[in-house]
Amino acid sequence: MTTTSPPTTASTNPVAHRAGRRRWTGWMFVGPFMAVFTLVFLAPIAYSLYLSVFRTQMVGGTQFVGLDNYARALGDPQFWDGVARVGLFLVVQVPIMLGIALLVALALDSGRLYGTSFFRISIFMPYAVPAVVATLMWGFMYGTRFGLVGNLNDLLGTSLPNPLSPDLVLASIGNIVTWEFVGYNMLIFYSALRVVPHSLYEAAEIDGAGQWRVITAIKLPAIRGALVIATIFSIIGSFQLFNEPSILQSLAPNAITTSFTPNLYAYSLSFSGQQYNYSATVAIIMGLITMVVAYVVQLRGMRKEA
Amino acid sequence: MTVPAPVPASAAAPTVTPAPSTRRPGPRLRTPRPGTGGRGRKSPLLTVLTTLVLVYALVPLVWLLINATKTQADLFSSFGLWFGDSFALWDNVQATLAYDDGVFVRWFVNTVLYVVLGAGGATFLAVLGGYALAKFDFPGKRGVFAVVIGAVAVPGTALAVPTFLMFSQMGLTNTPWAVIVPSLISPFGLYLMWTFAAEAIPGELLEAARIDGAGEFRTFFRVSLPLLAPGIVTVLLFTTVATWNNYFLPLIMLRDSSWYPLTLGLNAWNAQAATAGGEAIFNLVITGALLTILPLVVAFLFLQRFWQSGLAAGSVKE
Repeated sequence: MTTTSPPTTASTNPVAHRAGRRRWTGWMFVGPFMAVFTLVFLAPIAYSLYLSVFRTQMVGGTQFVGLDNYARALGDPQFWDGVARVGLFLVVQVPIMLGIALLVALALDSGRLYGTSFFRISIFMPYAVPAVVATLMWGFMYGTRFGLVGNLNDLLGTSLPNPLSPDLVLASIGNIVTWEFVGYNMLIFYSALRVVPHSLYEAAEIDGAGQWRVITAIKLPAIRGALVIATIFSIIGSFQLFNEPSILQSLAPNAITTSFTPNLYAYSLSFSGQQYNYSATVAIIMGLITMVVAYVVQLRGMRKEA
Repeated sequence: MTVPAPVPASAAAPTVTPAPSTRRPGPRLRTPRPGTGGRGRKSPLLTVLTTLVLVYALVPLVWLLINATKTQADLFSSFGLWFGDSFALWDNVQATLAYDDGVFVRWFVNTVLYVVLGAGGATFLAVLGGYALAKFDFPGKRGVFAVVIGAVAVPGTALAVPTFLMFSQMGLTNTPWAVIVPSLISPFGLYLMWTFAAEAIPGELLEAARIDGAGEFRTFFRVSLPLLAPGIVTVLLFTTVATWNNYFLPLIMLRDSSWYPLTLGLNAWNAQAATAGGEAIFNLVITGALLTILPLVVAFLFLQRFWQSGLAAGSVKE
């Protein structure tokens, strides 16, 4: 880490002197966080990098193989299938989820709803539900045996497609994730909207701006930061998709393979296949892809002031 | 690793103009603002549209509540969104708590332990760190932020495998520490606290305390901490949800089911039906799921006035 701090000059100026004395005090407060962070984030990342350049075999033990593991991952169709799957998931699910969240936040903020606070807390509620419970609930409801889909089929005599079939399971997971996080994102947008200075609305009213114009010209630019942050967190979440497919596996074993998402693949490699070195490599490449995409989104989001 | 931090303008250059809305939680937020561009007329159409989202959000929870009242036989024979022939909620609750020598209660206690130590510790570290980032200039400040934000993008599994191997060499796997220690770091909590502290604590106040001769820690505990209270509640809420809902970390670290949190236990119960010779206990899985979300739902309802103000911090101001 390079630090760029101005050299302290031993001057008699009290202000400069005080600034000099305080230069390191910040570390007293941020130090504990960074110490634990080093143990549970930085050390494992370093260890991952170390693991990724070795190979352990039954015969011959552990040997240094340079970038062999990376070459293998880049040519591994199972890995790229998973990447394509979460990529598709991201492109479809994230806009839908954030779109609904934004619309609800704008509706709540407009002050034109009956029972605003009831809506707010109720739509936020799914965030309190653990991924395991959410997935089991939806998984049961998706079921054709005693789920709602089965009920509807019996009731209407239809044969609705099975949400847990290989063709539909990704969309079904998308629905679960949307349900879990739509309220959370709504709250972030809503909170950002609440602190938009009221003087702007008064000015807009004097200028004769309509509802729609107020939304596009004032509200959306004002919560731009919140939109970018929510998008980045959602992208990171999509790339890390693990819990929902992992838990659904017991309900839909044929639809969800062990390499369904890159994270599931890395997990299976480690804990069923004992291939720690290759698993670390897959995880690192996925981390790099995630960082690049998040970085690009951030640059685009913050670039032009609308 | 040069990830520029997504710094809100207000945090990059803390201009201290705290709006009253971020300083005084509660009542002010519950009074509707006079028309934000509209005339404040209630709109039935908008209400109907939002109700659609509300129904979507609540249907699974209603389903869970209804199906927790059914025996296993009823689960398969009755309509999902209506009650079955019998009302077996209390029997189900008793059976859930008693099954396998009361292992559910043990999982509940474990979860509370992980939340108190993990989420409590995470909040404490995030408050200290966020305060430092907001109010102090120290060497390596931008570096700290870049590293933390960069690390967030690293997938959990990238960390999980090496963390598991490291912890097993230290002899920590299969102990509560393997779950608690990684929970202590909440980058999102740090970010929230930083943006909140930047606005909630006027620089002049710290200057005044220092001129009066108060030490850094005394200033923090006596002057800053009370001002940070709404933000602390928000961070505590998020870290509590994160640890209560944690699944992946304990899945890797714990083999002994007596250390499981609720989430892992429920998944084990569900998977039991698929194993050869395993007893299907779907009614207990559903009732257990209901009992698992109940404490958090209650906490949300009681604490909802707080996170409003906490979250609003960090949005860009005039």
